[in-house]
Order: sequence, then structure tokens, then C-alpha cells
Amino acid sequence: MSTRQLELEILRYDPEKDEAPYFQNYSVPCQDDWAILDAVNYVKENLDTTLAYRWSCHMMVCGSCGMMINGDPKLTCKTFVRDLPDKVRIEPLENFPIERDLVVVLDDVIEKLQRVKPYIIRKDPAPENEEFNQPRSALMKFKQYTMCINCMCCYSACPQYGLNPDFIGPAALALAHRYNIDSRDQGKSERLDILADHDGVWDCSFVGACSEVCPKSVDPAAALQQMKVDGTMEWWKRKMGFPGGDS
Amino acid sequence: MAIAKKALVWGLFAAGGTVSSFLFPFLIALFLLVALGATPEGLQYETIRGFASSWLGKLTVFGVLFLSLWHAAHRLRVVCHDFGIRADGAVAVIVYSLATVGTLLAAWYLLAIS
Amino acid sequence: MSRNPYVRPMSKTTWYLRNGRFRIYALREVTCLLVGFYAFLSIFALRALWQGADSWNAFLASQQSTPMVVFHAFALVYFFIYQTVGWFQLAPKAMPLMMGEKKVAASTIVLGHYLVWALVSLFLLWFVGVI
Repeated sequence: MSTRQLELEILRYDPEKDEAPYFQNYSVPCQDDWAILDAVNYVKENLDTTLAYRWSCHMMVCGSCGMMINGDPKLTCKTFVRDLPDKVRIEPLENFPIERDLVVVLDDVIEKLQRVKPYIIRKDPAPENEEFNQPRSALMKFKQYTMCINCMCCYSACPQYGLNPDFIGPAALALAHRYNIDSRDQGKSERLDILADHDGVWDCSFVGACSEVCPKSVDPAAALQQMKVDGTMEWWKRKMGFPGGDS
Repeated sequence: MAIAKKALVWGLFAAGGTVSSFLFPFLIALFLLVALGATPEGLQYETIRGFASSWLGKLTVFGVLFLSLWHAAHRLRVVCHDFGIRADGAVAVIVYSLATVGTLLAAWYLLAIS
Repeated sequence: MSRNPYVRPMSKTTWYLRNGRFRIYALREVTCLLVGFYAFLSIFALRALWQGADSWNAFLASQQSTPMVVFHAFALVYFFIYQTVGWFQLAPKAMPLMMGEKKVAASTIVLGHYLVWALVSLFLLWFVGVI
């Protein structure tokens, strides 16, 4: 197998020593079938043991190796050396505070993921001691939203989250939508009080970048627009005195 | 927590975006023809006045203008935010006031044409 | 070990120049100026119509100029590309359709929009006597 020399420019930041992050260059002999994660691992193992970054599965499942690669948020395990030029710039995910080197602080999105009530809410009791069936058509409505692995590439791509960190943001809102449109769920009205409040769906201006960068082909931008429609309908319903709908 | 009032303007924005996407290419083409001096038959005074006197005509023109104005106003508010103008409250007052003035003028003229 | 997270600043005024995706987005958003311009131009036309035949004809005459031809031609192309095409392209995301167990393909919904647009435009052109 042939190798190719890749120049990696990696953003470094040591919270105990550095005033600000800076780029450090590494020259890495990469094999043709390597992902960028392999190249970063090579740096860690052979060139600089102090480099900090997150990764786990190396197979697009765990969602922990998201980084900016030449300016785009990507999973490093899914981005291959053969598709990249000889110079590759690797930075921590944008729009997040940098903890150290390529590791970012995710506390904010973890809180938001919980805030949107991402679980089935029932007003009537769910069937006990039997499966809670739903037709296949109901599953197909929301299935793509279940594919999210919380890699947060969408938050890095979203300029509105960058401009206003209070915005709930793509992944958390898409996850909420997944439950809103689940035929077994009855919590849509309750959730819309959070999703369609200030800092909710209205901060989205439909740039669409979240959906374009998603490594799992989830479409948060679509979820956001549908929630705006839902929020508008619900607002009118309440203004006209109807009780909140949970269909 | 509650649903923010933005739901109201967003609804108008979305409706106006749809209406303008479908109809404004035609509207602009019409102004282009006028600018070229090739004013179509339908814009001759008697014809257009006849159209604007009918209730169908009044309602159609008003609906299109009303929704387009609010679409433009809301999007302009977002554009200001995107371009770095952070006085969102003041921007909102200005753009929505403009849309209101336009809406009232359109309604006034349409009602007055008989 | 102490924590000292570093926040990288984001330009609040020039961020949309950063990549092609953002630039197209910015070009799409400023179509609102054209929408506003043509809405107010139409209201101005209504005023002339309300004032009577002389005003109306004066309005039509005042609109005839080479700069306006250039502006309208530019506006027509710009508006069609960034507003009409852009809006239709994104429509399937805001209103997905289900046919039985399957989602209707986004391209089908977009095509439907173009068809309706073409029919409506043809009807209107016929209605005002252009064709």
C-alpha cells in the first residue's frame, strides 16, 4: 500500500499555559485508506503524546470525533485522506469553547438536549404488559431523526448558534421534533412551550448548513421548519381558545 | 414558558414568501414591460381600473401586497441581525411599522378606487 | 488541572462571507429588499390609479427609462434565482408529504411547485394580454 505525506495543521491550546490557541504543524506519512482520525492517532502515538482529542469507535457510531477539517465540521473517522489535499487544517468544533487542543466543552448542548424533553410523554396511560405498536408509516415519519449520534457537527455549522449561544440549536430541536411527530407521543403542546419560546425555533433563519454537514444524513433544518409551522398553528389555536392539540 | 409572539410574524413571513415566490417574477416582468414602453393591454387605465374595482381584484391585490410586505419586513429584521445590527427591538419596530404603513396605504387606495 | 476554556470569537458582521453556503444564504436573504421595493412600487401605482386616468398614464410614462429596464431585468433574474428557486428548493423540508408508508421524494414536491408557478404565470400573462 502506498503512503502519502500529509501536512497537518492542528490547533493547540493548553488551558494552563496558553493565552490563546495556535497552530502546530505535523508531517504524517498516511496510508491510502486512512481516515483523518488515523492520521491524528499517528501524531498522538509517534510525534506528540500531549495532543488531546476525543474519539472512541472509529466507525461513525459514537459521535465523539467531530472536528473542523479544512473549515468544515466533520467526523474525522468518516473523512478520508484520499479525498483531501496535501495540507489539512484540523481545528476543534467551531462555536464551542475549547477545553484543550481539539476537545471542546459540550455542557451547553447536553443541557439543551435534556431541556427539550426527548422522551415519549403520555396523558393517557400507555398500554401495559404489551407492546406499544405503531404502523410502519408512523415510524417512517420520524425514523431519520433517530439516527442522530450527538456529534454536534450541526451546532458547529450553524451561524445562528454561533451568534447567539442561547439558541437551542439544531440537534436538540430535531430530537424534540422526533418525539413531537411520534404517533405514541402526547407531549407536543407541552414541548412547544419550550421549542417555540424565545431561543427556540424562531432563532433559526434556515441557512440549512446543519443538514448539509450531518454525517448521518439527519435533516435538522427540515425539523426546524416543521416546528415553526407547528408553533404558528398552536399559537393561533390557543389565541382562538382551543386547547392545545397533541396529535 | 410560552409560544413567542414571533409565531404570528413567522406565519405571515412564510405565507408572504410563498406568495412572492410564485407571483413576483410576473410582477417584475410587468414593470419591465412598462419600462420598455410595451405596456400590456391589461394595464390600460380602463381595464386595470375595472379589475381594481371588483372585490375579487381588491382582495387579491391586497392579499398579495399585505403578505409580501410582512415577508419583506420580517426577513429584513433577520438580515439586520445577520449583518451585525444588534438593536433587534428597534429594528423590529421600524420594519414592522413600515409594513403596517404599506398595508394601510394599500387598503386605503384599494377601497377608494371605485 | 484547572479549567480555562477558550472561546474563539466569531465576527458578528462578516461571518456570512466565510464560505459558499453562507454567501448564497446572504444573497437569498437580501431578496427581501426587492420584495419591499416592488410592494411599495405597486402601492405607488395604486395611488396613481386612484387619482385617475391622467395620473395613471403619467405613472406609466414615468416608469419608462433605460435605467429602469436594466434594473427590472436584473431584479427579475436575481429574484427568480435566489427567491423563487431558493424557496421552492426548501419547500419540501417545511412540508413533507407522505404517500402511504413512503415519503414523497423532495424532487417531486419541488417539480410540483415549478409546474404550478409556470401555470399561474402563464395564466397571469394571458390575463393581462401579454400572450
